[in-house]
Amino acid sequence: MTLAQFFTTHWLGHLIVMVAQCLAIVVPLLVAVAYMTYADRKIWAAIQLRRGPNVVGPFGLLQPFADGLKLVLKETIVPSGANKVLFVLAPMITFITALIAWAVVPFDDGWVVADINVGILYLFAISSLGVYGIMIAGWASNSKYAFLGALRSAAQMVSYEVSIGFVLITVLLCAGSLNLSAIVKAQEGGFWSWYWLPLFPMFIVFFISALAETNRTPFDLPMSEAELVAGFHTEYSAMTFGLFFLGEYANMILLSGMGAVLFLGGWYSPLPFAPFTWIPGVVWFALKIAVLLFVFSWTKGTVPRYRYDQLMRLGWKVFLPFSLLWVALTAAAIQLFGWGPG
Amino acid sequence: MIHALAFYVFAAVTVVSAFMVISARNPVHSVLYLILAFFNSAALFLLMGAEFIAMILVIVYVGAVAVLFLFVVMMLDINIAELRQGFLKYLPIGAAVGIALFAEILLALGAWSVSPVAAGSLRAKVSDVPNTEALGRLIYTDYMFLFQAAGMVLLIAMIGAIVLTLRTRPGVRRQKIAAQIGRRREEAVVLVKTRVGEGVSS
Repeated sequence: MTLAQFFTTHWLGHLIVMVAQCLAIVVPLLVAVAYMTYADRKIWAAIQLRRGPNVVGPFGLLQPFADGLKLVLKETIVPSGANKVLFVLAPMITFITALIAWAVVPFDDGWVVADINVGILYLFAISSLGVYGIMIAGWASNSKYAFLGALRSAAQMVSYEVSIGFVLITVLLCAGSLNLSAIVKAQEGGFWSWYWLPLFPMFIVFFISALAETNRTPFDLPMSEAELVAGFHTEYSAMTFGLFFLGEYANMILLSGMGAVLFLGGWYSPLPFAPFTWIPGVVWFALKIAVLLFVFSWTKGTVPRYRYDQLMRLGWKVFLPFSLLWVALTAAAIQLFGWGPG
Repeated sequence: MIHALAFYVFAAVTVVSAFMVISARNPVHSVLYLILAFFNSAALFLLMGAEFIAMILVIVYVGAVAVLFLFVVMMLDINIAELRQGFLKYLPIGAAVGIALFAEILLALGAWSVSPVAAGSLRAKVSDVPNTEALGRLIYTDYMFLFQAAGMVLLIAMIGAIVLTLRTRPGVRRQKIAAQIGRRREEAVVLVKTRVGEGVSS
């Protein structure tokens, strides 16, 4: 049997390929998370006229690894009143749900681990699971700050998922498929043919909901330090805290990736002619994610935190009716003018 | 082989976690086992090739319904010893309800027959039409009015729930965004000329 046959037919070959694919996604993702924390701090520093991390390594580039090492070496403290199993399980859930969603994200034409029919629903399902890590953490900690943080987070994430759902519906109405590769292919062409332009208000709704979904400023009420110490992860230390941190950043990158796939044409180059199309699609995809992540950090540096009732009002009384209306308008436009796919 | 193995693993976990839902001492653990059961049934749907239903199960039940369950149960302050006390007292009525339900399921299964139309759509190829599309055609084309009627029933149930739980409390002060934004300088600020040493007398 040749090597190619071994990898495509034999079960051991399949297993090796699968593990290699997982590593090929997880390792770059974790490096991206590490440098996202660095970029985050540098961007806030620039906004606040500071220097940011600049001591460890050249330009402070080794800072994320120093932080990671510090978290690994510290002691994991489990509070005596905590529910031990769930207390340890919670950060794992957060981290794992942030990682497994990447299985369906297309990095380039055909570069996807699982090219499933219902990719967008899978993404939506997995991103709605993130709330469990937070709720279980808050409950298992047996601490009032952690519990309040968890309650806030649960209410917030459930509220904003509704509008994200409607945003996804408008996109799949336009693309005519639930498969993420097909959605990207439906946007083929330069930046003017991507969905951010025809669906511009939904792009904004999606981005703001993504901020709320990942508990970022201005919606970081679950861990607002002025009121709740550190919110749901008050009682966590060392690597259990580290997993929350990694999961949170991986989720941010995931939602940026979703934004890039749904609205910014995935792997297509913004200008569809010679010098730009030579650059591989995965680079464009990474650049689009980076742009969205920059906006995440920029928002954190410039916008004050919402009050809780305002947050709920925005989710239920502004975004929900608006996105519902937009779904109806999009469907009507597709039906009346025949703009739809096929 | 792997298919069958996966089926038995998921089915076993579903049954065990469903049993744990009713036998776990801590209600929060019950809800978490319920979530595990939902997950494994979604996996069973996936094995049958019904990927759309599997994903909807996770989104709706795990992502929304169970979150609200957990939300409520976490806030309960339950004394577990007290909860155990009534077990023998409620056993007869619980058993009666259980037996009645079981008998009904048996009856329904016994009288079950598949209509020729449905049998045809059951045997429709899974592979050439994605099952999202097949379901869409079934719900929005073939059974459009039944589906709308089901929607109306749900809407009425929802309105009923709201009407039952809505309390109109007098004297609640709400934030009126429009009124806040609509304020002008003239109605908000009064300039008073004061003499030094006298201050403002209202």
